[in-house]
Amino acid sequence: MTETKIEIPVDREINASQMQISDEVAIQITGMNKWYGTFHVLRDIDMTVNRGERIVICGPSGSGKSTLIRCINRLEEHQAGQIIVDGTELTGDLKNIDKVRSEVGMVFQHFNLFPHLTILENCTLAPIWVRKTPKREAEEIAMHFLEKVKIPEQALKYPGQLSGGQQQRVAIARSLCMKPRIMLFDEPTSALDPEMIKEVLDTMIALAEEGMTMLCVTHEMGFAQAVANRVIFMDQGQIVEQNEPREFFNNPRSDRTKLFLSQILGH
Amino acid sequence: MSISDDVRSATSAPKRAFRPSMLLYDQRYRSITIQVFFLFALMLGAAWLIDNTVNNLRALGRDFSFAFLNAPAGYDINQRPIEYNSQMTHGRAALVGFLNTIILAVMACALATVLGVIAGVLRLSNNWIVGRLMTVYIEVFRNIPTLLWILIFGAIMSEAMPAPSAFRGDDPAASMLFADSVAITNRGVYIPSIQFLRDLGDLQLGPIAPSLNWLLVLVVLVAGVYANKRLLQHATAVQNATGIRPKTWWKSILVLLGPVVVIFVALGAHLEYPELRGFNFAGGTYLRNSLIAMWLGLGIYTGAFVAENVRAGILAISKGQTEAAFALGMQPGKTMRLVILPQALRVIIPPLISQYLNITKNTSLGLAVGYMDLRSTLGGITINQTGRELEGMLLMMLIYLAISLTISGAMNVYNSRVKLKER
Amino acid sequence: MSDTHAQTVAYVRESMLPEKPAPIAEKGAVKWLRENLFSGWLNTVLTVISLLAIWYLLSAIGPWLLNTVWNAQSLRECREVLDGASGACFAVIRDRWHQLLFGFYPPQHYWRPVLSLILLFVALAPVLFSQLPRKLLGFSAFYPFVAYHLLWGGSVWLPISVILGFALGYVAYRILARIAPLVAITGAIVVPVLWWVLFAGEFTAALTSVAPIGLEFVRSDRFGGFLISLVIGVTGISLSLPIGILLALGRQSDMVFLKSVCVMVIEFIRGVPLITLLFTASLLLNYFLPPGTAFDLILRVIIMVTLFASAYMAEVIRGGLAALPKGQYEAADALGLDYWKAQRLIIMPQALKISIPGIVNTFIGLFKDTTLVVFIGLLDPIGLSNAIRADTNWNGIYWELFIFIGALFFIFCFGMSRYSMYLERKLKTDHR
Repeated sequence: MTETKIEIPVDREINASQMQISDEVAIQITGMNKWYGTFHVLRDIDMTVNRGERIVICGPSGSGKSTLIRCINRLEEHQAGQIIVDGTELTGDLKNIDKVRSEVGMVFQHFNLFPHLTILENCTLAPIWVRKTPKREAEEIAMHFLEKVKIPEQALKYPGQLSGGQQQRVAIARSLCMKPRIMLFDEPTSALDPEMIKEVLDTMIALAEEGMTMLCVTHEMGFAQAVANRVIFMDQGQIVEQNEPREFFNNPRSDRTKLFLSQILGH
Repeated sequence: MSISDDVRSATSAPKRAFRPSMLLYDQRYRSITIQVFFLFALMLGAAWLIDNTVNNLRALGRDFSFAFLNAPAGYDINQRPIEYNSQMTHGRAALVGFLNTIILAVMACALATVLGVIAGVLRLSNNWIVGRLMTVYIEVFRNIPTLLWILIFGAIMSEAMPAPSAFRGDDPAASMLFADSVAITNRGVYIPSIQFLRDLGDLQLGPIAPSLNWLLVLVVLVAGVYANKRLLQHATAVQNATGIRPKTWWKSILVLLGPVVVIFVALGAHLEYPELRGFNFAGGTYLRNSLIAMWLGLGIYTGAFVAENVRAGILAISKGQTEAAFALGMQPGKTMRLVILPQALRVIIPPLISQYLNITKNTSLGLAVGYMDLRSTLGGITINQTGRELEGMLLMMLIYLAISLTISGAMNVYNSRVKLKER
Repeated sequence: MSDTHAQTVAYVRESMLPEKPAPIAEKGAVKWLRENLFSGWLNTVLTVISLLAIWYLLSAIGPWLLNTVWNAQSLRECREVLDGASGACFAVIRDRWHQLLFGFYPPQHYWRPVLSLILLFVALAPVLFSQLPRKLLGFSAFYPFVAYHLLWGGSVWLPISVILGFALGYVAYRILARIAPLVAITGAIVVPVLWWVLFAGEFTAALTSVAPIGLEFVRSDRFGGFLISLVIGVTGISLSLPIGILLALGRQSDMVFLKSVCVMVIEFIRGVPLITLLFTASLLLNYFLPPGTAFDLILRVIIMVTLFASAYMAEVIRGGLAALPKGQYEAADALGLDYWKAQRLIIMPQALKISIPGIVNTFIGLFKDTTLVVFIGLLDPIGLSNAIRADTNWNGIYWELFIFIGALFFIFCFGMSRYSMYLERKLKTDHR
């Protein structure tokens, strides 16, 4: 296989020195299985994520990658196996679920901003009602993160007045306002026009540089190359291959991975 | 090693011991807990109501029984689709009322559909004056209570129409319509009826005895519809094979109407016209004022709602669909039949059926003009005479509920059949 | 031109063409007539038929409407004035308008229902127009008590003691919230109920004997006309909103038993005519309640109408819930909001906003349906028109009364339906 050239859609230098990975375990998944009715979506998933890791999950559509990260904050219920997030096991226990959800931020493909609230209210809602932060403090935190995603001037607008890229950056800020220790990204750039993808990826890179533990389902291979410390390839509900990005892209080992990479990169 | 240990090793996730707090704070048990409490509260409430009812009935020295349905009714019903006299039972009276309800509902649904489709289509026409006229009709009827309309039509019939005596004399003040076949009087409307020279007798079916003549006509009609369907299927098969669709319209007319005409002729069908005899009209079919007022009131009122549904249905089909069909070279007629109508009907029929539901429920306003429907017989005179409010109301509600559920069941079947397949 | 084109393909226009007037058939009244009334034989036929229909209606009703009598004490007097000519006798409206509007409400107190109606609009304003300051919602919350006291009167301490119950519930909630949320909710329900059942009566009686303030009491059976329609309609709709929300949520829930009960309640109520529920209120409610309880017919009717409207409201709100994208629920979950917080902060504000046109339409339907109370002996406008006709002075008068009642209903319902259409349009264009 010829060496595939991957263009990194990022024009800034990546400050890799800060991206420390500790040996503290953030997420531990063992023998996890999930069915939709009789359809076996996830099969025997074993996975450990250390704090500070930046993992990109890729794979063909229907391979279960979104379901996997949705299981991590219990948007989907797994039927067998164990998921431990930050030392809390996800079972039916609602207190544990609430605890995990307030520790884990999630960014969706379609942003899912609340259209009846302003940008600022979107960001302060959960801190006020879940974390019981005083309003003024919550607003300060929200403005801090909105500045970080570079749209503080939009704070009083409504989501419908923003472009897709701006909305997705708000969604990231909204998750960050809960001061999560882990961030999940479910195809954050798939619903965006090409010219807006970069602004969202920039935001995510900035987040990675600060040492955030990130799990990201995406087809942005440039982003994977630049930021991820590990790429996981899934197919038919199983983890087929995982490796550090350079090896993964330049020297894929399984045939499925090769096929997938040739389809996604060899236009 | 105990059995529980075996189970534990068999499943991948170790089972945790059950704690009472899990009843409230565990997804799996919480919904059960809530529902058990809900069931408990519900049973408590029901027990309270039933206990009250039992106590109240005992205090009144009454029991709960439907035996009154077999007792003689002792009252007359002026509109009798089946044989009935005051010596018959309350149950029979209720059946007559039920049939009257159905007759009225079917008539009003038909009128509402015809008016609604015409008004809905005309409202979209680019003829300014017709459009405005239809808007006025729709808005005026939609925004005034149906009860008021029923009373207005009742008053028009009884106050503004000529008395039968006005039709008498050499120079009558009023005259019959349509070549002396229809008489509209302040006592009701007289229309011609179809009579048969040869009567095949009645079919005895327990409580009802439909005329065999009419049953035969119905059977022939259904057979004609079926034959027509086969004919069209054949045409489609020919079209699929050769690409050319054979002309079917005259065959359809022949298949649908021919046998019926033959049957009518064979049975010696003829029209019987109403005639003025003495102080009143006789012969033909007599439609009472109450029926006419209810029919017009419900039909025209609901027609305004149907018109809005039809309009919305047509507007819901985007202009792009017409343009796409035209761009493919289809003629306007085919575009309408093959592209627009199948889509518009999907949008129009569900609200149309729920309007039918409304009409059926609104037939219960018959009391306002003295129409003897289910509510006036079982829910009115029967309850007053026997004092069986509880049983009578319960039975009546269940009958209305059964009618409603049948109609909405039909709607659900339709909805699931035409639902667009989407990813 | 064609020559030019044939010789050389290249072509440059040297002078621009001036604008020419359109052919006569393309402008002005002629064009309008041709396009809107006489385009094609079908349209021409329709136009002619419409004109004939309008002419027929106008010639039938016009002279009667134009030749009206406003000053008369009875139909006989009217006919004398008309002297054989066809004409409307609107004197009956002049004579009885107050009854059609207020029933037998004491005339010196007419200002009370009128003030309640005006205050109703004040209370509704912050609900309907989101631009107004949120503080006005406080008044909206108090409005039911104010309106009750204005309409029925009696001791002012009765509504106050009811409000006190709500206040006590809130206090209980705040205090118990420190222990556990479940305890707090139980407390917030139990404390006010205990207050209302055990102490409120004595509290009211005691304070009334000490300080008998309040408006003169008006019995329910004096209510009538449009007053009764509005009281039943407005109370029914506002009470049915919370019940409808709960039924809709129950119908959407995963809990099978709860869901099937909600479906059964909704389908039962929607499956039977309102009139049977009204008869239940007037004939049967006494069977279901403890022996000896007897309460006001209007109150019983309001209970039944509320139940009736709740089922329809539930379906409207279910439509609103179904219109929300699934992502909204997921985002709320992912942020750690629990079910009720997600409903209160995320789902309901959006679902209700989508449902407002449907709610308004339900209200129009309910308002028209209030005329059915005539069947159980309440004097709504139609009931009063019968009563007026029963008077020997006005025996045999139909059209004038129907026109007056119909016009009032029309103004009210037409206005509401325009408002709901405006909302629908606004929702479509609103980017929020």
